[in-house]
Amino acid sequence: MSPDTRSSEKLVIMANQIAGFFRAQPGTDQAERVAAHLNDFWDPGMRAQFLALAEAGAAFDPLVRAAVPFVRRPLD
Amino acid sequence: MTAFVMPGETRDLGTPAREGRPVHLTIDGVAVTVPEGTSVMRAAAEAGLAIPKLCASDSLEAFGSCRLCVVEIEGRRGLPAACTTPVHPGMVVHTQSEKLRRVRLGVMELYISDHPLDCLTCAANGDCELQDMAGAVGLREVRYVTGANHFEVRDTSGQRNPEWRPVDESNPYFAFDPSKCIVCNRCVRACEEVQGTFALTLEGRGFESRVATGGADFMASDCVSCGACVQACPTATLQEKSVIAQGLPTRSVLTTCAYCGVGCSFRAELQGDRLVRMVPSKEGRANHGHSCVKGRFAYGYASHPDRITRPMIRDSIEDPWREVGWAEALAFAAGRLRAIQQAHGRRSIGVITSSRCTNEETFLVQKLARAVFRNNNTDTCARVCHSPTGYGLGQAFGTSAGTQDFDSVEASDVILVIGANPTDAHPVFASRMKKRLRAGARLIVIDPRRIDLVRSPHVAAAHHLALRPGTNVAVVSAMAHVIVTEGLIDEAYIRTRCDWDEYLAYAAFIADPRHGPEATELLSGVPAAELRAAARLYATGGNGAIYYGLGVTEHSQGSTAVMGIANLAMLTGNMGRKGVGVNPLRGQNNVQGACDMGSFPHELPGYRHVKNADVRAIYEAAWGVPIDPEPGLRIPNMLDAALEGRFRGLYCQGEDILQSDPDTMHVAAGLKAMDCVIVQDLFLNETAQYAHVFLPGSSFLEKDGTFTNAERRINRVRAVMRPRNGHADWEVTQMLANAMGADWRYGHPSQIMEEIARTTPSFAAVSYDLLDQEGSVQWPCNAEHPEGTPLMHVDGFVRGRGRFIVTEYLPTDEKTGPRFPLLLTTGRILSQYNVGAQTRRTPNAQWHGEDRLEIHPHDAELRGVQEGDWVRLASRSGETSLRATLTDRVSPGVVYTTFHHPDTQANVITTDVSDWATNCPEYKVTAVQVSLSNGPTDGQRARAARAGRSRRILPAAE
Ligand code: SF4
Ligand code: SF4
Ligand code: SF4
Ligand code: FES
Repeated sequence: MSPDTRSSEKLVIMANQIAGFFRAQPGTDQAERVAAHLNDFWDPGMRAQFLALAEAGAAFDPLVRAAVPFVRRPLD
Repeated sequence: MTAFVMPGETRDLGTPAREGRPVHLTIDGVAVTVPEGTSVMRAAAEAGLAIPKLCASDSLEAFGSCRLCVVEIEGRRGLPAACTTPVHPGMVVHTQSEKLRRVRLGVMELYISDHPLDCLTCAANGDCELQDMAGAVGLREVRYVTGANHFEVRDTSGQRNPEWRPVDESNPYFAFDPSKCIVCNRCVRACEEVQGTFALTLEGRGFESRVATGGADFMASDCVSCGACVQACPTATLQEKSVIAQGLPTRSVLTTCAYCGVGCSFRAELQGDRLVRMVPSKEGRANHGHSCVKGRFAYGYASHPDRITRPMIRDSIEDPWREVGWAEALAFAAGRLRAIQQAHGRRSIGVITSSRCTNEETFLVQKLARAVFRNNNTDTCARVCHSPTGYGLGQAFGTSAGTQDFDSVEASDVILVIGANPTDAHPVFASRMKKRLRAGARLIVIDPRRIDLVRSPHVAAAHHLALRPGTNVAVVSAMAHVIVTEGLIDEAYIRTRCDWDEYLAYAAFIADPRHGPEATELLSGVPAAELRAAARLYATGGNGAIYYGLGVTEHSQGSTAVMGIANLAMLTGNMGRKGVGVNPLRGQNNVQGACDMGSFPHELPGYRHVKNADVRAIYEAAWGVPIDPEPGLRIPNMLDAALEGRFRGLYCQGEDILQSDPDTMHVAAGLKAMDCVIVQDLFLNETAQYAHVFLPGSSFLEKDGTFTNAERRINRVRAVMRPRNGHADWEVTQMLANAMGADWRYGHPSQIMEEIARTTPSFAAVSYDLLDQEGSVQWPCNAEHPEGTPLMHVDGFVRGRGRFIVTEYLPTDEKTGPRFPLLLTTGRILSQYNVGAQTRRTPNAQWHGEDRLEIHPHDAELRGVQEGDWVRLASRSGETSLRATLTDRVSPGVVYTTFHHPDTQANVITTDVSDWATNCPEYKVTAVQVSLSNGPTDGQRARAARAGRSRRILPAAE
């Protein structure tokens, strides 16, 4: 496995783990809260990689996919 | 050893302080007022009228055996002992009379007749209470002819004296010379009352009585070498070997232990700049005069020959190191870092701050990233231990620190310890906790392993929930389920302090039968009845206090478990007063401080997110540069990014991520992929194998600064000698910043603290002047709390209302199966510290020469493993070998090891699974297999060879 795919796999696992927590939370804004977590704690490089993976159709949890539109696209 | 009073030290007042109504009495014509319950001895001492004493000390309950402290009390017959006689209103006491003088002389004569008269050559000469008392009572002759005694090896006819015993030198740090013992029982009481180990006893009666260790010698006994008995001993019987070798100190400096999150205060006692001994300070508000073996004795690493004191560089990690001057090393480092940024962008480099360094040093390292590198790529080793505490408590309460001071435990009725092993990791606090437990508080332990606290002398847990590793959230939620469904909540508290609607949503969630203990028993292995009983006890047993450690945080659901713990405290109203609360026990000495100081990549000092423009504006104004609004990389993300080529330079101060972080192979690959790794440390540590620049660090004895302990207490660290490497660590960071074009001009760490106070609201009133005056303060310390804050969330939560958060149990991806059927969990032991870089370089190694694998006899038998056998430990990440020890402390299916020795390579085994919120690695759960082996693995041999190669140093060119 090349380091690149390994890090992509990890990113998918991490995002799905985050969704696992927020899915259980009450309310209707779980997708926004997943995105807020990524915006707050993932550096721009990781978010860029995340968005690229989302576009490439990576194996994200449906809640993660619902969060994609709320994830801030890094400017630089 | 307590006779000798250093400047700044208080006198021994004879018996402990009491609290109570004031009582008025007269002593030698002086009117005295003391609290009810105080002894006549203490009352007299407080009035400046010292009464002779030998068996009494104010750190111990009175014993009344020596009778040197006799006094006359009007209206009372006989001569009562002042130490055991409490004051009464209107009492009239005389401490001096001819009659008293004669009695005291008689007592001293008896003592001296069985004591060698070699004062001039005795190690305690000048620091001996027997000597002082002989002087105080005016002893001029000894009328008893020496007959039967304990100190002559042979009598005059050359016969061996059956009462004589040789000196016990088995302990590396202190000697026990029974020939000088006056059987005052102070050591025995110190071991019981102060330390709580009960290693010593008094054997025999009268002339036959002597101090015994319950083993062949001290090292073979239960003694944990805390030194409390040595400190309590009035004679040279128990004496530090350093004092025997060097003589008495001549000056002292008050400072703070650099080992663990208890943050004990010490007097470093010196001759010139030579350290003679460390003596815990009675004024220390974290430790009240107690310490453990690490802080008191294990300081020798600071002068160990392995210490590197000159900067070194090399072009490639395959080259040997080249010693160079500071200017050359810093220019080399700065040049490489700037070149990386030019080629790969502003965010391609970063820093790791250290929980071992001071607040001031940490502040500067994160400032280096933010103001000089211009990014937020700063993280700290707290990532791998307590980052879930930061996130979890921050979400629930609004701030991420322990809610209590240590003294609070004295008011606890039920103590719930989750995933922490205080007797090993936070020993001085554990002694306080055990004292409270002996006085009647009840104990609940939630831990996969039977830690010492579960059963130790005079302490027994009411409930030990030995859960399967990885099921904390299920167990904590099941406790909440019991509390909610059995109506044990504190509704008034929830209605006034928390959000009631959030509570209702939470209650509906947690009341579901899937969270009931009968359902979770299948996952966690904790019997439902036992769990129900524990939950009832916590909810209804009076003041309930929770203490938790890395066994909670280092999991894929670490943050969720922390929130679950916060829920328990809020449900039961165990918040905001003495005796209750939620307390993360921090590992390293300055984990709290490193977190406070803005080490995390998403927040500026004081836990304020970098996305907030108002917070950035404060630092932009102070530093004159724009602050990046984007969060930076966390340690595991840095390593991942390195493998992708977008992170290429790292300045790592005082941390050894290659040994301490999980999945060693991955860490090594990440480091190897970088173009410039700068390691600043005392020793060539494991990470330095992959470094290009080595900047020598300074020990805590060599610099000024502050550490913040687990109770948010800011303690001063004071330089007692010049840095052996020439510069304190904060100076090195400043030189690196300036080599990269900054213009920092700090002349002393107090100026860094001024900048912290100016920019961080919770530190606004902190200054070195205040710390000198108060000794220590607990943050928040500002205009509202000018003397600091011992208890948090008293009138309401920092975030306003406490928040109940739904905690769904999700099993970790790390599961056992046919290939890896056992669960490995990790921990540490008393005598060693973290990766052991310091403690391994002291005689503490005598207690823990190697890491061992604890395995249940049943699992061992299945594999043909016997005590002491070499076994191969394999996980999906890698394999290593170590020796096994068979014990039922661990349940069948669970194995356990420590990670203090690099040869063990325990982190080759641990995986890259991490906490969902913080990426804190899941050290506490790894699926493994154990099988017999015949010695170290090839990987371990390769590591040893590589470590040897990378430690080659060429002599300086000049
Ligand atoms: S060193 Fe500590 S544990 Fe050992 S005997 Fe003395 S008081 Fe007890
Ligand atoms: S060893 Fe020291 S403290 Fe213990 S009984 Fe003897 S003289 Fe007292
Ligand atoms: S290691 Fe901890 S408990 Fe031991 S002396 Fe130091 S601060 Fe105190
Ligand atoms: S000091 Fe009071 S009896 Fe010894």
